[in-house]
Amino acid sequence: MPERVIRGRRVENDVWQAIGQPHGDATQPLPQGPVLVPLAYWREHRDLLAARRQPIGVWLAPADDPAAIADDLGRFSVVAIHFPKFTDGRGYSTAALLRTRYGYRGELRAFGDVGRDQLFYLARCGFDSFKLAPHHDPEAALASFTDFSVRYQGSVDDPVPLFRKRAVAGRIAR
Amino acid sequence: MYRYDSYDHALVAERVAQFRDQTRRYLAGELTDDEFRPLRLQNGLYIQRHAPMLRVAVPYGLLSSRQLRMLAHIARKHDRGYGHFTTRQNIQYNWPRLEETPDILALLAEVEMHAIQTSGNCIRNITTDHFAGVAADEIIDPRPLAEILRQWSTFHPEFAYLPRKFKIALNGAEADRAAVLLHDIGLHVIRNASGETGLRVIVGGGMGRTPIVGHVIREFLPWRHMLTYCEAILRVYNRYGRRDNIYKARIKILVKALGIEEFARQVEAEWEIARKDSPAIITQEEFDRVAAHFEPQAYESLPEMDASYVQSLADSRSFSRWAERNVHPHRRAGYASVTLSLKKTGVPPGDATDAQMDFVADLADRYSFGELRVSHEQNLILADVRKRDLFALWQAAKSQGLATPNVGLLTNIVCCPGGDFCSLANAKSIPIAEAIQRRFDDLDYLHDIGELDLNISGCMNSCGHHHIGHIGILGVDKQGAEFYQVSIGGRQGNQAALGQVIGPSFAASDMPDVVAKLIDTYIGERHEDELFVDTVQRIGVAPFKAGVYGNAKEVAHA
Ligand code: SF4
Repeated sequence: MPERVIRGRRVENDVWQAIGQPHGDATQPLPQGPVLVPLAYWREHRDLLAARRQPIGVWLAPADDPAAIADDLGRFSVVAIHFPKFTDGRGYSTAALLRTRYGYRGELRAFGDVGRDQLFYLARCGFDSFKLAPHHDPEAALASFTDFSVRYQGSVDDPVPLFRKRAVAGRIAR
Repeated sequence: MYRYDSYDHALVAERVAQFRDQTRRYLAGELTDDEFRPLRLQNGLYIQRHAPMLRVAVPYGLLSSRQLRMLAHIARKHDRGYGHFTTRQNIQYNWPRLEETPDILALLAEVEMHAIQTSGNCIRNITTDHFAGVAADEIIDPRPLAEILRQWSTFHPEFAYLPRKFKIALNGAEADRAAVLLHDIGLHVIRNASGETGLRVIVGGGMGRTPIVGHVIREFLPWRHMLTYCEAILRVYNRYGRRDNIYKARIKILVKALGIEEFARQVEAEWEIARKDSPAIITQEEFDRVAAHFEPQAYESLPEMDASYVQSLADSRSFSRWAERNVHPHRRAGYASVTLSLKKTGVPPGDATDAQMDFVADLADRYSFGELRVSHEQNLILADVRKRDLFALWQAAKSQGLATPNVGLLTNIVCCPGGDFCSLANAKSIPIAEAIQRRFDDLDYLHDIGELDLNISGCMNSCGHHHIGHIGILGVDKQGAEFYQVSIGGRQGNQAALGQVIGPSFAASDMPDVVAKLIDTYIGERHEDELFVDTVQRIGVAPFKAGVYGNAKEVAHA
């Protein structure tokens, strides 16, 4: 059965293959079809990758600095951020920086040890694509996007904090 | 105090529903222990020695009588009839059942309370001065900014999985009563030369295994930038704080490793970019909206002194002794603030029964506009009492064991739950506190010793803040046996300092003697009106060491 991924709040078959740690061996030839390569691979083989004429994506480990791909963002169909453990929250800041500081508009994917209880926060930080850890049911997980209707602080999904909306609502009420 | 509007209510209700579902999935085996742990921790739920422990947030220590009655009800219905007030102004229950915690959270939501982020590697409850809004030396009431910080930090999506817990304290007065030098971020309200209000930002302080007094990272931050600046600090920490070793994961270790100049440079660089046109810049309108919840109470105009109060002070030595210790000045004429002591000998420090909570709620209604505060010294405070009511209040408090006249004195021991309850403990702390309290039960002697902070922690996590006790006691494990390390010379406040260990540790049974010997040395050496901690500072640790261990040479060989 093909692997499943949540994109645009729907569950789809995943067409992407991640290579390099943790999902493969970077020394092997690339498989056919769209591939997600680790940052180091991208840096070393960018010309080779461009010559493939296939959609290309890059994935970042928690310690990777998103500034390293800031100038290349237009060349990726997907940027993915790996969560080796869901408690390692560096990827949330990486995502926020990609979306705000570096203006990345394409697909931003979370993968690794990702479960439904992280989806609400991940989506707020700008992720729009989620490959859950194998034992999580992506269909059931969709409900978690709407865990909260109220957000006190601004973030990537909505930069305007609640207090500014309260002020507007208050003025309309007056 | 702050009252929820429809947004706040909705958010807390949604949290209860979310946690109910998470608990259901855990009990059904859909979530592993490892997956459920951080989720329950971010709702204040630990697994302890006897049962789960649930920590409920008391934002900046402020409670209404209605909320306190609910806390009493929960203690009765879901616990064994008591709760424990903590050094971070929260309350903990030691005996709830996991299955019942969603119901407890639903009860809390009814009175605008929750357990959000009271534990876990996230931004914890914001703490502040327990005399906020009534202190004479206040620059501004810190509670509106504390509430704005509370809302900003609640479910902040970028900072829910930090390297380690993160504590912010805010102080609005000249004197620091919020320990701003000993928090991950300390915010101290100041006025600059042109009369503008801002915050001195301190970063990287803390107790625990590596106690450090924080560094000033910015002398003056315009208050409107409180959130943008905290965000910059948190982002640098979230990205670069260590995650490989939990003992090196606090922000203080990052600050130490980079040096404060380099850390500050990174934060300022982040802030420089992030703050531009940021919608997180606080508006005057929002400040005013929140501040309106903390308007001064409807005080009567009263003369500064009340004749009946003066008379009672003259008539009753025990009343005047209580007034001397437990009654504090108030900025309004004819009013005072009162500490109701939770430090009666024989009762674990900070514990209150359901009946006491109900009783204090009644006292708050009768004498203090229906509000009270939890102090970080684990007592309860009625902030707005008419002086003419003090005698009646004292009599009532006495009847419930809440009038121990020891605030600021040796027996007002700050003490964590320790080995009796806490699964992280090296040693018990409550029995040590009790043994010391029994040894110093002579009130005249206690008053003669004068102001002295004694703090006890059951392990290096320092929940009892032993590093800043004038006398600090730390439970340590020596080949499986419980021992106690003693330090002296720590202090809180504007001159915050960390205590120095006096030497090898002691068995539990020695502890009252050890404290007695420290006090004897002090009495022998003190200048007139000199506090214990000032004597330590003046003459150093050596004479105290000699007093405790005997000959100084022997100490060297111990
Ligand atoms: S100091 Fe240690 S023993 Fe005491 S409550 Fe904290 S973790 Fe538990």
